[in-house]
Amino acid sequence: MDINNTMSDIPMYDSLVYDRPDLGQFKVHRSSMTSPDIYDLEMRRIFDRCWLYLGHESEIPNAGDYARRVVAERPLFFARNREGELRVFHNTCPHRGALICRSDRGNAPVFQCFYHAWSFNTSGELIGLPDADGYGPDFDRAEMSLRAPRYDIYRGFIFVCFDEETVPLREYLAGAAEYLDLVCDQSIDGMQVIPGSNRYSIKANWKLLGENSVDGYHVIPTHQTYFDYMDGQGAETTGSRKGFGRALGNGHGAMENDAIFGRPIAMWHPYFGEDARPQMQRVKDDLIARFGRTKALRMAEKSRNLLIFPNLIINDIMAVTIRVFQPTGPAGMDVTAWELAPAGESGNLLRRRLESFLAFLGPGGLATPDDVEALESCQQGFRAGGVEWSDLSRGMTRSPRGSDELQMRSFWRRWQSLVADLPYVEQYEHGLTPGAIPEVDPSPELAPSADD
Amino acid sequence: MAPELTPSFPPPATVESLLLQYEVEQLLYREARILDDWNLDAWLTLYTADARYIVPTTDLPDANPDTDLVFIDDDYQRMAGRVGRLKSRHAHREYPASRTRRFISNVMVTDVDGNEISATASVAVWRFRAGESAPYVGYYDVRMRRVAGQLKLCYKRAVLDQEALSDHGALSIIF
Repeated sequence: MDINNTMSDIPMYDSLVYDRPDLGQFKVHRSSMTSPDIYDLEMRRIFDRCWLYLGHESEIPNAGDYARRVVAERPLFFARNREGELRVFHNTCPHRGALICRSDRGNAPVFQCFYHAWSFNTSGELIGLPDADGYGPDFDRAEMSLRAPRYDIYRGFIFVCFDEETVPLREYLAGAAEYLDLVCDQSIDGMQVIPGSNRYSIKANWKLLGENSVDGYHVIPTHQTYFDYMDGQGAETTGSRKGFGRALGNGHGAMENDAIFGRPIAMWHPYFGEDARPQMQRVKDDLIARFGRTKALRMAEKSRNLLIFPNLIINDIMAVTIRVFQPTGPAGMDVTAWELAPAGESGNLLRRRLESFLAFLGPGGLATPDDVEALESCQQGFRAGGVEWSDLSRGMTRSPRGSDELQMRSFWRRWQSLVADLPYVEQYEHGLTPGAIPEVDPSPELAPSADD
Repeated sequence: MAPELTPSFPPPATVESLLLQYEVEQLLYREARILDDWNLDAWLTLYTADARYIVPTTDLPDANPDTDLVFIDDDYQRMAGRVGRLKSRHAHREYPASRTRRFISNVMVTDVDGNEISATASVAVWRFRAGESAPYVGYYDVRMRRVAGQLKLCYKRAVLDQEALSDHGALSIIF
């Protein structure tokens, strides 16, 4: 394939990613971000086959609690039944189709469809319908109960899958499970989603947010005002930080870096205030006691940005955020983000965590609006023509640093195999396997003071 | 929900209450004008040094910012940081800056407690940028104090009526 050609034809679906480790070249054809045909393929071959994040168990702690979502254009809801077990349902009445759950969240002993008043218990069983005599003797109530998609839970994270053939969730998560563990192990009482969510839309292709969320290269140039602000608060973000990128298998990827300054989970910094110091030291000591020094310090002092294929981000950075993005077309997505915190955390510790989140994250933060602008800017730029391929080759010829793009290539390799229905072969670069932690390059990474 | 109105609302139409109503309205209009003009340093001068500016998320309008996730929970320092950012060329969502027009209405002085005056108002901010035009709609829940004879804002909770930030993608302006 000649990637320098200027023809505007869309390549064959199996040639949208130009992957040449031998040449240090990795390019993605921009039609993958603009073509309605490719979008339709993605919905069928990726979103109908992969495990997709639905929600967190802590969102529905009590019997009868429910929450609704749209996942890959499908309305779903999940609930805790009378026995306290989790249930997930397609949000449609088996009778004639109306939405069963019409509030974002709440608590109900019974779900009743408002259209013909069919009633279902919290396990989804049809328990009542007006004038039931109108149906014949073969009317099967079990068949007319709410339908459940395949679902599974990993450490509180609920996923659904619309394909019975897909491998089990734990196998699907591959090396990403370790990164979820590093978040969940932060609290002996488990983690919980804090009330309130960020809901916003970006007029850009969904894959651009996946890339952006694990892109260490953009952080300093794009978010300069955040660093200026934090430095003004005495956060001293100008130090050099080191880290690495990883492919985690099945298209998942992560970058892991020295923290920008402190971290709410047990890396004290004067920014957090002197009163926080003993509290955070106690949390750190507890981590060391439970996991040993190496793992404890990794948990406390390293930032991790995790991309779980295809559309889930868990960023354990200045706070922990869950970010999921639902495609709404080739050039649109709906984003929902939550903050995850140790269950039962309160008082000053929780306030500092919230404060740390808001400085950078969320549509009202001092950084996230810049990302929204960057993604929409890329999407508009794709229309300019003249350039057919985007480049993602950074770090392909060296041990992958945190500001390199291995974690994005990992996504795109899996994407290409699914979209083209090709057999998938893991490729980790530099002979790294999902279990291996890359050697950290001792040379300094980009620092906020760099003026390039 | 905006704070409930007390049974004694509205206050009797005395000259004092009419003057106070006028003063509160003028302060809110002035803030709107200053923000529409992108005169951001002047915006800070409308607030006391212990001010707090809160915007809850769209799904939890009654959030407590000490325990819940909100969009914005600024003290005066963070407000100044926000202004510094918006004035730079690196607040990319607002460079070039959007055009905005704020409409403040339904201003009600809801309480006077010693030195502190509470009010609510309806607000619509139209924002135009990069071919997009859409409003932010909601209400203000504000408290004011007199500092050296001047009425200043010490608390502003700006609550959005939108279900999500679907049109704007962010809350990149001061609401």
